Amino acid sequence: MDRQSPASGWFETLARHRVALAVLALAAIIVIAPYEALATNILIYGLFALGCNLLLGYTGLLSFGQAAFFGLGAYGCGLSIVHGGLSVLPAIAIGVLSAIGGAILIGAMVIRSRGIYFSMVTLALGQCVSALLYEADGWTGGENGLRGINAAHVNLGFFNVNLLNPTQKFFFVLFFVALALAIVARLLSSPFGVTLEAIRENEKRVVACGYDAQATKWVVFAISGALCGLAGSLYAVHLSIVPIDIVNYHSSGLVVMMSLLGGMGTFFGPFIGAAIMLLLEDVVSHFTSHWQLIVGLLFIALVLFFPRGVWGTLLSYVRSRA
Amino acid sequence: MSDVPIMEVRDVYVQFGGFTALSDVSIAFRQGELTSIIGPNGAGKSTFFNVLSGSVKPTAGSVFLKGEDISKRPQHEITRLGIAKSFQITSVFPQLTVLDNVRIAMQGMSRRFDMWTPRAAMKSQIDEAIAILDRVGLAARRDRTAGAMAHGEQRSLEMAMALAAHPKVLLLDEPTAGMSPEETGAMMDLIVRLSSERTVILVEHKMKLVMGVSDRIIVLHHGEVLADGTPDNIRANTEVRRVYLGEEMSGA
Repeated sequence: MDRQSPASGWFETLARHRVALAVLALAAIIVIAPYEALATNILIYGLFALGCNLLLGYTGLLSFGQAAFFGLGAYGCGLSIVHGGLSVLPAIAIGVLSAIGGAILIGAMVIRSRGIYFSMVTLALGQCVSALLYEADGWTGGENGLRGINAAHVNLGFFNVNLLNPTQKFFFVLFFVALALAIVARLLSSPFGVTLEAIRENEKRVVACGYDAQATKWVVFAISGALCGLAGSLYAVHLSIVPIDIVNYHSSGLVVMMSLLGGMGTFFGPFIGAAIMLLLEDVVSHFTSHWQLIVGLLFIALVLFFPRGVWGTLLSYVRSRA
Repeated sequence: MSDVPIMEVRDVYVQFGGFTALSDVSIAFRQGELTSIIGPNGAGKSTFFNVLSGSVKPTAGSVFLKGEDISKRPQHEITRLGIAKSFQITSVFPQLTVLDNVRIAMQGMSRRFDMWTPRAAMKSQIDEAIAILDRVGLAARRDRTAGAMAHGEQRSLEMAMALAAHPKVLLLDEPTAGMSPEETGAMMDLIVRLSSERTVILVEHKMKLVMGVSDRIIVLHHGEVLADGTPDNIRANTEVRRVYLGEEMSGA
């Protein structure tokens, strides 16, 4: 679904309509998931993982600090509702802009480091953002999280979205996810998109072809920050509170796991990864409080036997038979 | 203007720690010529190549392109100014298609930050990329994954990627390394054809290979220019025979 080859056969036809198909599949989650709130969570974490996958799967950059941008989005959105008295839509915009600002700043500091150093520096700076939000408790609520986000409805003029209705909230979130998917699909099929893959494959050669690889990585870092920030903003609207632990490195790790599980460098994989993770957590935690143990074992098994991830493995199987 | 060399290195020194890889090298390259840089192992050929392409900055001295000092420019800018190189060790994008490899090299010159145009709709770019692949004999392989091709084909792809930038100066670092004799012959024919349109600077270990095709040969030895002249001059030069040909003959 990712490689552009000459148009022939049903597989390519499906691949060309991947945004519409992805949105349809995501809409079906509300039927599959045990309850609406979990379905909305899958959308939001899938979007978060999509942002992570743009760095990890496409550009080959493993960041352990993406939770910082999820958090900046969530707090940026939440704070502008709680303290700024803004309505939901402008608050989401501010959340995304906060995350972009943070990503540009942190990006400037990390983009020159490579490999494991990149991962470590993003981890450290991500924790700095977490500590900052924790310490500013007069404003952010500190360890209690940011409470009292009033996001009950969105007035679109012709229609009043009731966010207290879980189904309407799901489709409200899906709208933003669809928008993000359309933008990412366009980006990936552009010259810039293939440059990202080229950087993953062979950065030295990219430079020799006349590209400023550092600048390209910086730009994609900011775009990834924007996607993570949009996910964070929607999370604040979804929960009406922002728990401080979403900014922690656990959250960065979780989203990397989701990307790996779904399939690095695949368009739809992040959502599959998010769905598997969150559904498992929901189901297994009914039976035992040690659900992390079970999920962890399953994760190890999947990574060992399906290194391309669930979606990635499925894709390459179908492609080989198409 | 015609007396301004297309490329020139002046008083260049390169030191790595205490080791001097190039010492007081000054060479002016003339427009349209095929110049070969040869020398025994460790003579400083690769360092010299990297200085020309901008991936190694001289410790002292300057590099000029058409009279403009480019020694301080970052490598990607030097490529955009019109100096393209092929790598000694094959360096392609292994998981991308052959066509995409060439298209990426083309985009590097003009569409680096285009996030909006669908690549599938860029018909003229695709046609041009196929035309370039055709010149190196890979047009039929365009949809193959680059990493799945034979070594010789990857070397040809490397060449196509260098050509895709429409360089004023084409730098080639041992383009026939690891090729079979037939592939080597085809590659040298291609280089001769390309050199009729542009300046080519070829770094090569095997002297025999460049004798018949070069307009000019420069011999490096211990980081210094040992000899500089036409292939006939070089063949007749006793110093060269001593340090270079002797080695090759005894090795053969």
